[in-house]
Amino acid sequence: MYRYDDYDRALVRERVAQFRDQVQRRLSDELSEEEFLPLRLQNGLYLQKHAYMLRVAIPYGTLSSGQMRILAWIAREHDRGYGHFTTRQNIQFNWVELARVPDILERLADVEMHAIQTSGNCVRNITTEAFAGVAADEFLDPRPLAEILRQWSTVNPEFLFLPRKFKIALCAAEEDRAAVMMHDIGLYLRRAEDGELRLKVLVGGGLGRTPMLGQVIRDDLPWWHLLSYVEAILRVYNRHGRRDNKYKARIKILVKALGIEAFSREVEEEWQHLRDGEAQLTLDEYQRVAAAFDPPVYAPSDDLAFGTALAADAAFARWVSRNVRPHRVPGYASVVLSTKPGAEAPPGDATAEQMERVADWAERFGFGEIRVAHEQNLVLPDVRKADLHALWREACAAGLGTPNQGLLTDIIACPGGDFCALANAKSIPIAQGIQQRFEDLDYLHDLGDLSLNISGCMNACGHHHIGNIGILGVDKNGSEWYQITLGGAQGTKSALGKVIGPSFSAAEVPDVIEALVQTYVEQRGAGERFVETVERIGLEPFKARVYRQAEVPA
Amino acid sequence: MKNLIRLRDGVAELAPHDPWTLLREVPDELPDGNFILPLKDWLALSSGRSELAREQSAPETPELVGSRASSLLQNAGVWLAPEDDPEDLIWRLKEPALIAIDFPSFRDGRGYSLAYLLRSRLGWRGELRAVGDVLRDQLAHLRQCGFDAFAVREDKSVEDALKGLAGLSVLYGRSVIEPRPLFRRRT
Repeated sequence: MYRYDDYDRALVRERVAQFRDQVQRRLSDELSEEEFLPLRLQNGLYLQKHAYMLRVAIPYGTLSSGQMRILAWIAREHDRGYGHFTTRQNIQFNWVELARVPDILERLADVEMHAIQTSGNCVRNITTEAFAGVAADEFLDPRPLAEILRQWSTVNPEFLFLPRKFKIALCAAEEDRAAVMMHDIGLYLRRAEDGELRLKVLVGGGLGRTPMLGQVIRDDLPWWHLLSYVEAILRVYNRHGRRDNKYKARIKILVKALGIEAFSREVEEEWQHLRDGEAQLTLDEYQRVAAAFDPPVYAPSDDLAFGTALAADAAFARWVSRNVRPHRVPGYASVVLSTKPGAEAPPGDATAEQMERVADWAERFGFGEIRVAHEQNLVLPDVRKADLHALWREACAAGLGTPNQGLLTDIIACPGGDFCALANAKSIPIAQGIQQRFEDLDYLHDLGDLSLNISGCMNACGHHHIGNIGILGVDKNGSEWYQITLGGAQGTKSALGKVIGPSFSAAEVPDVIEALVQTYVEQRGAGERFVETVERIGLEPFKARVYRQAEVPA
Repeated sequence: MKNLIRLRDGVAELAPHDPWTLLREVPDELPDGNFILPLKDWLALSSGRSELAREQSAPETPELVGSRASSLLQNAGVWLAPEDDPEDLIWRLKEPALIAIDFPSFRDGRGYSLAYLLRSRLGWRGELRAVGDVLRDQLAHLRQCGFDAFAVREDKSVEDALKGLAGLSVLYGRSVIEPRPLFRRRT
């Protein structure tokens, strides 16, 4: 894992002191709320429905057991005993007090963490996949470049007041598990035929009110141009992105207005001035950062006990089939700890006790490292197969052993109207209603891969557009309704879901989901996944079923 | 302008007797003084003078207008709005006494990029002044982007704003005043 050096430590400490002073000036009214707003946002602090919410950065979703324990401490001391892991691989605490935030940040700084730029109109947390460095299909570990980008974008003085937020994601594996195409800048790292690392650069992706997938602006950018190219894109965006309307301010709107060719010409022209300059990355720097991500020393592992347990314990085998993923080192696996046990806990939430248990397991069964997946689950990247059964039993006891990774109940959901000041509708009760309806594990496993994403408003924090089934909360004359989309997908075959028709009340949603799923079960071909059936037969059979059903009085 | 902070050899000082007046609009009749003019007016004046210089021999040229424009320009600065293009100044960078960049709101970050372009690409070495909604908590970012004068919003305490200039000691990336990213500065 990356460890701070003196520069990193100094920056985070000074930033805490700076923010402590700003909070003080706000509390004494020296700073108006309007002046304070962007300052607190760039330190991760939102004002939500009930209280301030603090979003702590987990760079590219990687954290150590020690850091996880501090998050547990914050949950216990400053929140109501839990935290919420987000789709940007961060964590947020919903019940913090403004005056105590500097102390929380101080405590985070002790373990090399911060909340810098987790909000605001600036470059946000750089994300990559949860299995970086261990995935069997990886070309290269994406974390060194993600860390280099993190540093470069942190308190970069020219780009702190962009037209709107700016999200960058990086993927370096065969399968895209980082939702790269829905980012303002998406980066696919590849080793080219000549052996050089090259980047495919996408620009203008994003969800929100006007969802769009990123378009390719560069197919073959040598890795050492990463920073200068991103700088060129940001400068063009900073100067020309719209600022008159918050909903048209993301870079995707600029790219669409200019067209990708014209936008790309602007960027290339800007980049010509930068490409061979000081921003060019050096091999020394890459190696310095990459050394921090050197793989741990893996020990040979005997799979015999694992095989025996698989054969003897069907529930364990079921969990393994969904929540255990191949590792590039034989004898090891990566484990997904589901934060979606069902109706008893909102998706992405973990209690302080759960966080501490995960930290313990990371040390006992791995090398002290934990990941946050953008699907809001936790990942233990390096577990010996021989230890899987023991881990699974403990995970089940702690409520983190639900065997539903990638299944219908592995719901991505934003905090929604229960917490968020922006939401039009609640998300959590909708998720719970669906999870209750689909409690039967045999049925769930039979349905197979099916992503269901819920957002409480157009801002799309729950990524509803790229769920195979998407649910969007909308406000109609002061009451909460839910619009359903079908056919969304993440990954290299990303697609935006299409709306099936008029929206539904909260009470109707589980029935609607059931009707959609039954349509799939009736229509699917052998081995065909839900999203493939939707693609093959189109929306009509689903619509017919859902709306015919809706017309029949209960 | 009131509430001005200026950097002299990198050291900040208050400039209580700043002679400049920023004109958001240029009246028909200008009194004597030092004015910072909007880009389009400044350009009109500047190109007017060159035309006049070329036509100096023409009998119908009113001598008075020529010298008036000339003296006005000698005492003129130019200010850029966020949507202005600094490239418009590319052939005239010897002329303005100072360049100001306006921040209609401190949340409008375009001025940072304009400053970068003026300093790093166009090579402006004279005074670069931030005007408008200029506040303590942004001064360090402005300084790093090449501003060396800061007209702090007039309802704020300029002494207080001085504290905002230092900012953080670490800059990972690069900026106008530190063009090398940290990875090239590490020892």
